[in-house]
Amino acid sequence: MRNYLKYAVVLVLVAALLALGGISCSKGEKEAYKVGALFSTTGANSNLGLPEKETVDMMVEQINAAGGINGHPLEVVFYNTETDPAKCATLATKLIEQDNVLAIIGPTGSPESLGIIDTVTTAKIPNVSCAANIGIVTPVSERYWVFKTPQADKEVADEILRYMQQHDITKIAIITDVNAFGAGGKAVLNSDAGNYGITIVADQTFGSDDTSMQSQLTYIEGKHPEAVICWATDKASAIVAQDMKTLQMTIPLFCSHGIANQAFINEAGDAANGVIFAAGKLLIVDEVPATDPQKDVLTQYKTDYETKYPGKTASTFGGHAYDALSMVVIALGKIPGGLDTAAARQAVRDQIEQIHNYVGISGVFTMSPTDHLGMQPGSLAMIKIVDGKWTWLK
Amino acid sequence: MLSRLKSKWSYVVIAALLTLSILLPFDWFLSQYTTLAIFIGIYTIVTVGLCLLMGYTGQVSLGQAAFFGIGAYISAILSKTYGVNPWLAMLIAAIMTGAFAYIIGYPIFRLKGNYLAMATLGLGLIMWILFRELSHFTGGPDGMSGIPYLSIGGFVFNTSFRRYFLVWFFCLAVLLISQNIVRSRVGRALRAIHGSEAASESIGINVEQFKVKILVLSAVYASIAGSLFVHHLRFVSPGTFDFLASVKLVVMAVIGGLASVWGAIFGAGATRILSDEILLRFGQWDIVIYGLILVLVMIFMPEGLFVRLKEIFERLRLMYRQRGVEP
Amino acid sequence: MSTAQFVQYLVSGVTQGSIYALIGLGFTMIYAVTKIINFAQGEFVMLGGMLSFTLAHSAGLPLAPALIISVIVAALVGAAMYIFAIRPAKSASVVSLIIITIGAAIFIRGLAGVLWGVDSVRPPFFTGSRSISFLGAYIHPQALWIIGTTVVVTIILHLFLAYTMVGKALKACAINPVASSLVGINPRTMALIAFVLAAAVGGIGGVVMAPLTLTSYNVGVMLGLKGFVAAAIGGFKSPLVAVFGGLLLGVVESLAVAANWGPFTSAYKDAIAVIVLLLILLIRSGRLAEEEMTG
Repeated sequence: MRNYLKYAVVLVLVAALLALGGISCSKGEKEAYKVGALFSTTGANSNLGLPEKETVDMMVEQINAAGGINGHPLEVVFYNTETDPAKCATLATKLIEQDNVLAIIGPTGSPESLGIIDTVTTAKIPNVSCAANIGIVTPVSERYWVFKTPQADKEVADEILRYMQQHDITKIAIITDVNAFGAGGKAVLNSDAGNYGITIVADQTFGSDDTSMQSQLTYIEGKHPEAVICWATDKASAIVAQDMKTLQMTIPLFCSHGIANQAFINEAGDAANGVIFAAGKLLIVDEVPATDPQKDVLTQYKTDYETKYPGKTASTFGGHAYDALSMVVIALGKIPGGLDTAAARQAVRDQIEQIHNYVGISGVFTMSPTDHLGMQPGSLAMIKIVDGKWTWLK
Repeated sequence: MLSRLKSKWSYVVIAALLTLSILLPFDWFLSQYTTLAIFIGIYTIVTVGLCLLMGYTGQVSLGQAAFFGIGAYISAILSKTYGVNPWLAMLIAAIMTGAFAYIIGYPIFRLKGNYLAMATLGLGLIMWILFRELSHFTGGPDGMSGIPYLSIGGFVFNTSFRRYFLVWFFCLAVLLISQNIVRSRVGRALRAIHGSEAASESIGINVEQFKVKILVLSAVYASIAGSLFVHHLRFVSPGTFDFLASVKLVVMAVIGGLASVWGAIFGAGATRILSDEILLRFGQWDIVIYGLILVLVMIFMPEGLFVRLKEIFERLRLMYRQRGVEP
Repeated sequence: MSTAQFVQYLVSGVTQGSIYALIGLGFTMIYAVTKIINFAQGEFVMLGGMLSFTLAHSAGLPLAPALIISVIVAALVGAAMYIFAIRPAKSASVVSLIIITIGAAIFIRGLAGVLWGVDSVRPPFFTGSRSISFLGAYIHPQALWIIGTTVVVTIILHLFLAYTMVGKALKACAINPVASSLVGINPRTMALIAFVLAAAVGGIGGVVMAPLTLTSYNVGVMLGLKGFVAAAIGGFKSPLVAVFGGLLLGVVESLAVAANWGPFTSAYKDAIAVIVLLLILLIRSGRLAEEEMTG
């Protein structure tokens, strides 16, 4: 008889554990509008992801202080993807199935973003990505649920190539990071350089964590280019800039929008001077004329961000997140109340696709069924670093 | 080393665990952890192979993620790019990974001690670079997406629910097969090798051959896990198979305990639950706490979780018995 | 390839190699005395760099005291790591001890991330940044500091191990811990000294390289990996061969970029370097086995 007692005890425990389900069963409609956010605040993309998260935190405070969205408080559920695409996909599923969010903003990096396209498409939830690769929103016929806010690498590259063409540069070398960001730049530079009459005489790469690019630059020197384009984020680009100075290379260095933050200037020190890059207008907002529709938004964002986070400088990466959340908020403001989760997600998606002339930090956006980036031309500025400050090359 | 389960209590516990696992995805509350359970299952399969490899050859493998990645990418490339049946792709991947392990096994095992550790590290590094650079096949640093689901006839494994049972079917199969190996002649030979290679040689055991066989087995397990991984996530990228990934696998194996294959469940389980559920709540402090936990677990449970849990279980049983009740 | 270019490849390679050598020295110190592969070695280097930035740049201390304090703090962290993480593990297996060092590394890295944030920083250069011309190539003054420091540290370490009582005791402990304890050498004290020394060497490496390589909370991973390779060449036993291993690794990486052979562009430099080194090890292992047999 005593044997059965133990079996009974164990079975009761098992039943109790299963019964827990009954206690935490799913609720009805929630008051708050829940939006999911996936950014990499640690790992390789941490200095992109952190300003993105900080921007979102700031916006949630502002929106809720102003009464929320049509009276609904805004709640952002944030998970750190650690720059890991597999983790990102798992977290996306978590946001969709456990947290029941209505939309997802982010992720920060292209591999992560590409990795969740299937997940959000199968789950039928809109995703406004903050990553660079144009493949995230093309082909549009297969990206019904996915949008993005940062400029595509192609536009940034073309801006630089166009500038070079205007300055009679015909032979260049490119040096890129082996990671997704650098590989994207390398691909687009190789395919588009010819359109601007430019030949690439040397094509070198380096690892994201490498501490010296001198060997690659030595090789590049041997091919006698007239300029170098470096496609990487701030730390690696700073080392490239510094190594070029050490090797006493006098040709100009052009960089990607990956250096559009104060960190690059701090890291490169003197070597930052003379570097030219293309980025959104946030960095040179003081020089933007009052006639530019973006002037007010940029100034406001910069002031708000630097007030809330003293000691930090607003960066274009935070701007990507600003635009992503803003568009979701606009969409949420237009959907009717009382929808269930699935219908709400569809409604939000439809509203995002109808956004017209949204003046954001990264640019002015008009989405459409055939364009899920929607950025109007004129959103990029050619910027040169002079005496440790950004100046606009008009 | 694993004693027979003599007491009825052990059967009760196992029955309870089995019931719980089968019912997990049905339960309203626990079903949200189905995806977590899938990952635990996948990583357990890799960890079992690593436990056998490290436990019986006494070597640290710092590149096990290489085999995991080879299986993953071959499955992905064959099934997505070339439209091969996913099951066939998984089989081909396992064979190719095993063959690869066989080829590099002999030269690698000529190195001893820390040279061998470095060779495994080099292996992991080289494969990671290849996954990243052979972009024509692998999609480069952006990876590949749109990998098809596994299916049997018309039954497609397109929900977490279905994949949970699929993955754990494989996982249990791997565990039982490994348990059999451990108890067989092969297992005894391996234990002899672990004790003393020279002595084993002297009684006619071909030490090198056994080591290579275990390497091949661990590679095949890792490959199967890799295939299951890509057919679950439908996406693969090189970042999943870098040096840190191999280190995490070693941590899983040691935390679970190298002495027993069942330790792999605990190692993989504890690590994934920590990183995927618990540590999320701590923001920037997550890896600080993770490091602290690792250190403490190794100080207080140097043989691994499984051995320590068995000890506790045994002690409870003895305490219970001393109270005069027959278990 | 011109001569000037070749010299430049060598100069760059030797600079990087010196960095790896310094880290490899730390690995070797700890392994030789305790048989533990210390996965936290890279973190000591990171701490040296981060601390020197905070002290020299943020706190405005003059350079020399900032560097010295940074190295001392790194050494103290090494001591703390031994006392709180390694020693309590008593008779754990080698593999368990390795996991402990991994845990300690993650802990230190995480703490650095919380304290300093995620951005990279650049401590001030010791003697400016005007590069110096050398046989047609250019070398950064900080690189000279790095190479010089590696040479000096190697020599001092070698003399210490060969000619001082403590050094000889360390070597004895490395060769045979049981016999050493029989003659009165306390293996636990020796282990503590080894950890402190390795952390100090790591810290020194960190302060001297950070101005050139930039530093952040997670540089320890990659640096540790390279240092591990360097130490592995030396069999984890010989500091001199570890230094040679580090230099070799740096130079082979540089030349791999120069070769740009077929599809093996600079993206493959790490793989090529590892393969070359593994081949060397394989050849050596053949000869090592012979040496063991012929005694």
